[in-house]
Amino acid sequence: MLRASLREVSAALKEGRVSATELCQRCLSLIKSTGFLNAYITVAEGTALKQAEESEKRYRRGQPLGVLDGIPFAVKDNFNTAGIETTCASNMLKGYISPYNATVVQKLLDQGAVLLGKTNLDEFAMGSGSTDGIFGPVRNPWSYSRQYKEKAPPKSSSENEESDWVITGGSSGGSAAAVSSFTCFAALGSDTGGSTRNPAAHCGVVGLKPTYGLISRHGLIPLVNSMDVPGILTRCVDDAAVVLGSLAGHDPKDSTTIQDTFKPFELPNLIDVRKLCIGIPKEYHAPGLSSEILALWSKAADLFKDAGAKVIEVSLPHTRYSIVCYHVLCTAEVASNMARFDGLEYGHRADMNKSTESMYAATRREGFNDVVRGRILSGNYFLLKQNYENYFIKAQKVRRLIADDFVKVFGSGVDILLTPTTLSDAVPYVEFIKEDNRTRSAQDDILTQAANMAGLPAISIPTALSKRGLPVGLQFIGRSFQEKQLLTVAKWFEKQVKFPMIQLEEVKRHDCSVFQHQKSVSFL
Amino acid sequence: MAAAAAARGCERVWRRAWRRGAAGALPAPARAVACNARGGAAPAGESGLASWVPVVGLEIHAQISSNSKLFSGSQVQFAAPPNSLVSFFDASLPGTLPVLNRRCVEAAVMTGLALNCSINKKSLFDRKHYFYADLPAGYQITQQRVPIAVNGSLSYSLCIDNKMSQMVTKTVRIKQIQLEQDSGKSLHDDARSQTLVDLNRAGVGLMEVVMEPDMCCGEEAAAAVRELQLILQTLGSSQAVMAEGQLRVDANVSVHHPGEPYGVRTEVKNINSVRFLAKAVDYEIQRQIEELENGGTILNETRAFDSKLGCTIPMRDKEGKQDYRFMPEPNLAPLILYDAKSLPVNMNHQQVVNIDWIRERLPDLPSVKRAKLVELYGILPEHSFTLLNEDGLAEYFENVVKQTQMKPKKVIGWILNDLLSYLKQHALPVKDSPVSSFLLADLLNLLERREISSSAAKQVLGELWKGEGKTPLEIVKEKKLELIQDQKELEQVCQEVIDRQEDEVMAIKAGNQKVLNRLIGLVQRATRGRSNPVLVKQILEKKLSK
Repeated sequence: MLRASLREVSAALKEGRVSATELCQRCLSLIKSTGFLNAYITVAEGTALKQAEESEKRYRRGQPLGVLDGIPFAVKDNFNTAGIETTCASNMLKGYISPYNATVVQKLLDQGAVLLGKTNLDEFAMGSGSTDGIFGPVRNPWSYSRQYKEKAPPKSSSENEESDWVITGGSSGGSAAAVSSFTCFAALGSDTGGSTRNPAAHCGVVGLKPTYGLISRHGLIPLVNSMDVPGILTRCVDDAAVVLGSLAGHDPKDSTTIQDTFKPFELPNLIDVRKLCIGIPKEYHAPGLSSEILALWSKAADLFKDAGAKVIEVSLPHTRYSIVCYHVLCTAEVASNMARFDGLEYGHRADMNKSTESMYAATRREGFNDVVRGRILSGNYFLLKQNYENYFIKAQKVRRLIADDFVKVFGSGVDILLTPTTLSDAVPYVEFIKEDNRTRSAQDDILTQAANMAGLPAISIPTALSKRGLPVGLQFIGRSFQEKQLLTVAKWFEKQVKFPMIQLEEVKRHDCSVFQHQKSVSFL
Repeated sequence: MAAAAAARGCERVWRRAWRRGAAGALPAPARAVACNARGGAAPAGESGLASWVPVVGLEIHAQISSNSKLFSGSQVQFAAPPNSLVSFFDASLPGTLPVLNRRCVEAAVMTGLALNCSINKKSLFDRKHYFYADLPAGYQITQQRVPIAVNGSLSYSLCIDNKMSQMVTKTVRIKQIQLEQDSGKSLHDDARSQTLVDLNRAGVGLMEVVMEPDMCCGEEAAAAVRELQLILQTLGSSQAVMAEGQLRVDANVSVHHPGEPYGVRTEVKNINSVRFLAKAVDYEIQRQIEELENGGTILNETRAFDSKLGCTIPMRDKEGKQDYRFMPEPNLAPLILYDAKSLPVNMNHQQVVNIDWIRERLPDLPSVKRAKLVELYGILPEHSFTLLNEDGLAEYFENVVKQTQMKPKKVIGWILNDLLSYLKQHALPVKDSPVSSFLLADLLNLLERREISSSAAKQVLGELWKGEGKTPLEIVKEKKLELIQDQKELEQVCQEVIDRQEDEVMAIKAGNQKVLNRLIGLVQRATRGRSNPVLVKQILEKKLSK
């Protein structure tokens, strides 16, 4: 049952095949038995059970709040949650309990969803592996799947096997792992340069980055305010549409959200792609793109072509400047956003009372890891009066050029862009940490970042397994605020590729027989 | 006339003031001299040495009068318990975002219009970074690149040589008005080497008004600030009380020789009254001239005015030059303002700020009010200044005029000489005057109807000031202050005076008519002010001509 989709389990709750409390308890127990994945930083067992109980009462009265009532969900630990620790996987906020809920968290709770806990990430979401937080790296559930193990070369000792596990990608790796390992039905991530889509691709789940301004950022601890978007991780496109519908819309607490009211939508089952024009941006054939993914990408293009869609090659010439441009803009905003962590009002404070300045310095040295400190340093450098024109202003201009590329392409009649999400499948942790965070982020964000620069909606859809038995995702990028079209196309694609479900022994033991008649769980 | 006066003012040379000052043990506070730096009208000193031209510019922070803060819903209130008005945003809790308060925008637009500024239909917010205990976010949101209003001017008047009758009008250019956040307050407890932080003020809306360096002395700076204060109070965009920190003035001061580039400037802070502003600026000018004359140099530094010592002292300098690392505030869209032409048809009017709508509703500004008072009541221009300088006095005056038959020109004397000196003596604002406009009008009516003499009226006013709830008429009756209407009684008193003052009578009879006034005075004294001087004069003349 835990492997069901959100909509399926919602129907089960409504029909009384399972109670909200039971569902919650099962998720909690699976979280415990999959604890080695390190997907969660905080498990809010007590409050989750209380919320489930309330939900159960509503169902018994026949007055559930909607599709989400009783649905267990997880939230990346950079969203504020009232009464539950919010750490950003940083010493700076370890033990910090926020007095308020992020708007997205509040909206889910208001609709009866059950908050299981807070998921692991790179410190302050700075990273692409979910390996650089104070609580340790997140392990990709696929490392423990039958699919991966079968493909792995035989190992002599268990020690070696231990070193085989692959990363989740990041920075929302905890959320992706949580959805992928069936401990929750949906999770919130955040996406600044690909932080939702990248781990979604590596963990074989759907990762949606909505249009900038469609979902409130209030309560999301910022990385880059002008690019951050709350991300949605689910098992399928329909589920992503449900969660999007419950989160989107104007928030008076976030001035950058759109004023228009958002109309939630359901995706059609019968989809005709013949009128579509799919653009294949040639610049996404980037150095380092694995031949396997390249082949999958062109196979996907053929799928559309065969179904009658128009598929054309397009050019987004400024994409190649995206990484360096992002580096300047991101670090500048990081330097600014991190200035508030001074040890005075909240968070870590160093035991240093020589002077206020020395207390600041010690607090920030102890509170932030090398990655955060490095970005603060670069950012402050770019913002210095003598550098501002040469770096920040230039980067802003390049950002505009990148965004204009998209405008031109969409203006020429292209409806959706189809690209890979990542350059390769997930690499083993031992390989990943051979390069530093900066190099990794620069490489890994290359295919996802431009959508953040332009504020466009994008979604990663699990497409196939690699030769190593690991998930590979492809990305669709849509027009601003055209989520319905984007998700409709993504759903059609999802249907065609029939991505296999992860086969986790751990989960099999936990799951029960309620759903055995259902197709979705009959693959074992 | 004003221009001529200004020209006369320019002939004065700062050097003279300085020399005069230097002759004494301590430089005497420089007097109000109208030297215009921009006009370049600072001639050489008498000694042949080049004189000094002082240049004064001001940066004024006016706290916006609004119910809530610039970017949060917290209340704005003076002297509330520490940290009782702090929202999550004000404490810069992670994840909080700014939401612009429309009232603050309207206040800035209103102020911009009143100061003849161009209002920018699109302005931007920026972050200005520095670490300080009472700046919880580590940056202040301000308008560095494109402020809400630019290129304005402020006209102000000041008197020459402290003579109310010699007023000149001057203009200072307004560079810009920008919206920004106030900081919190730090209280340093040196004994326990602790700093206590109060965030009640953190995030309150400020308008920073930047004045170009068009002034040249303390009096000018003070007069400009006083006029700005009146304008802000008239608009209601700021309460602008300096003592409560709602108006904070920093002065940039430098001196140079005519024809040479501006000198190195210092910034004088910690000025908390208009009077101290004049003193601080003049002191700083003197100090700089002295320093340079003695071969020294001026440092580009921040100095604090010590009101007890009457001098400026260097502030503990922040280490080196600060680089504020300005950056656009990414959480706020550009601030878009509309006018009647650009207003979109289907826009929710509650959500937009319409410049023309605000312009149409601007109240009369002090300069217009003064002109109206002069025209309507025939009073002198300088009287109109005094009326507006005291909060509520002009209204008080108009109320009295409405309720009395006395001519406004006469009423003004009673207000400015008698009432105002009582108020000043007791340091009371007009609204707390124990003598209401109604009571004063009553009293002036008795005078106007010749039921009491003017000196009796002054006595009655003294009684009214006690605030015992008596009407003027009651006091007149109680104290028997009515004019003596009985001709015979008055003639008798006059006769008694004549009989007693033989010398005076002789003098008058010898042709010295001036002495008659002394006799009139004696009659007044004998009747305790109850005689009509005109009548007394007639009687005395009649009796003495016999």
